[in-house]
Amino acid sequence: MDFIWGLVQLFGVHTILGLSAYVIILTGQVTMAQAGFFAVGAYIAGMLTVLGEWHIIPAMIAGSLVTGALACIIGFPALRVKGLMFTVATLAFGEFVRLFWFNFDYQISRGEFQIGPLGGEGFRQIRFFPENGWSTLEVAIFVWVWVVIIMAILWWMDRSRIGSVLRAVGEDELAAQSVGINLTVVKVTAFTIGGLIAGLGGAIYAHYTTHIEHLNFGVLMATFAITYPLLGGLRSVFGTLVAVLFVQGFLVEGLRFLGDWRNLLFGAFIVLAMNVRPSGFIDARATRTLSRLFRVGERERA
Amino acid sequence: MLELRALTKHFGGVRAVDGLDITVEQGQIFGLIGPNGSGKSTTVNLICGVFPVTAGSVAFEGTEITNNPPHVALRSGIARTFQNIRLFTDLTVWQNLWVAQNGEASVRAEGFFSRWLSGSQGQRASVEEQLEFSGLADKRDELAGSLAFGEQRRLELARALAARPKLLLLDEPAAGMNLEEVRLLDERLRWLNEQQGITILLVEHVMELVMGITHRIAALNFGRKIAEGTPAEIQQNQAVQEAYLGRSEGSDEESSAPGGGRSASAGGEPS
Repeated sequence: MDFIWGLVQLFGVHTILGLSAYVIILTGQVTMAQAGFFAVGAYIAGMLTVLGEWHIIPAMIAGSLVTGALACIIGFPALRVKGLMFTVATLAFGEFVRLFWFNFDYQISRGEFQIGPLGGEGFRQIRFFPENGWSTLEVAIFVWVWVVIIMAILWWMDRSRIGSVLRAVGEDELAAQSVGINLTVVKVTAFTIGGLIAGLGGAIYAHYTTHIEHLNFGVLMATFAITYPLLGGLRSVFGTLVAVLFVQGFLVEGLRFLGDWRNLLFGAFIVLAMNVRPSGFIDARATRTLSRLFRVGERERA
Repeated sequence: MLELRALTKHFGGVRAVDGLDITVEQGQIFGLIGPNGSGKSTTVNLICGVFPVTAGSVAFEGTEITNNPPHVALRSGIARTFQNIRLFTDLTVWQNLWVAQNGEASVRAEGFFSRWLSGSQGQRASVEEQLEFSGLADKRDELAGSLAFGEQRRLELARALAARPKLLLLDEPAAGMNLEEVRLLDERLRWLNEQQGITILLVEHVMELVMGITHRIAALNFGRKIAEGTPAEIQQNQAVQEAYLGRSEGSDEESSAPGGGRSASAGGEPS
């Protein structure tokens, strides 16, 4: 049973990863920086609970805020370039962050142990959950409470005016400017929100794996981050969730029995999914059909 | 109200706009005509600050606004439409008008929260007003991309008006319209100008529209102003006719151009 709850935790963390990219992709920027932001949140929160002996929740919030601030600072120069150049710039930033942690040592002695991050060896023994006696199920619930909070906020944001503004910028920057939208403000805001969410996700990630190292936060993770919203569709936050379940649940776990063939099918399935549903699993038509179904239900009840 | 002084824009070696002087008075409908590639759209883009000018200046209501980015130009009271319609096609009609509520008045009147998140009463009322104006009230929940061509043009005009501009720059608003739609546009523009007091800079090829409603016209060719005057003066102007039809030997056609309608643009100089 623990295996299942472990998977549920993993789905939750990947959903947060995908949602952090979702906000930024709404403005038309394909970001490869999310793994780097994840790493910053993970290391900061990990150091706070392990070295500073903080409780996990303030540590997560601190990790999130630091990452958000970093995203805001990086956002100004990075968002001067558009399209592919932006993707390359954020990719470079992600690698920079990864290599920073690769070279980062900060260990202190506690009893007979050395604790804290140790460069290429990674950061071991982030044991907040086991030390405080949280079971796997409890951790899974903890993760999903955060997933639900983030999804609720983003879902509400999507329906507020800023959601439309983000999409307007994503669709046509010139038209958006011409109706009075300040592109820099909107894009940096989206990038900062993406950083805040990724920092929070990274903090959770560090604690449920208990061991992080720079290799976790490479290009593969950055690719996953943008795969989820693009595969799931940009109409709704639920698209990202569906895509995480499809990729992690079906492609990674569900096809495990195929052995090495799985890796081949992995790519093939993603290509197939993109061909069958080019605007993502939850596209405009799907949301329309769903909302109609709900409305019909309401009317019958009334 | 709007003053362009020696406005110049070079794209590499191409002089898209070359030392243009134009003054648009408050309350006017000012026409900007010229063959394809004569620099009309570039002029509009320079006024809005879409790209930096090479030389010269733009002043609006006595204030220098040269190279102000588009969102700043909009806040100072200049709204525009595009030659090729640029709606947010994946947003609904309602959302298209909602995101455009960025005029000076609405920015000043509203707090951060109501402006960006919940959407204030003022914004909503304004959206309803523009829906009414564009006649798209019953299509409010349709995606803008699914509207018919004429409806998209009307929505784009309504979106530009959402900011309550003092000056409206219209870049070929009648392109692709049939005669009936042109007549409706004509009525709308007159109403905006006379009832709402909006000054309009109209870039247009459709001469029925330009000659009918403008108070003053400037004709461009190769980025330079070749003539300026009332519609009647422009119709008689030798240089304008040559710009549209080329230097004619026979000169039977002269009387038909450019007042003779849409064929005018077809005979223009190569762009």
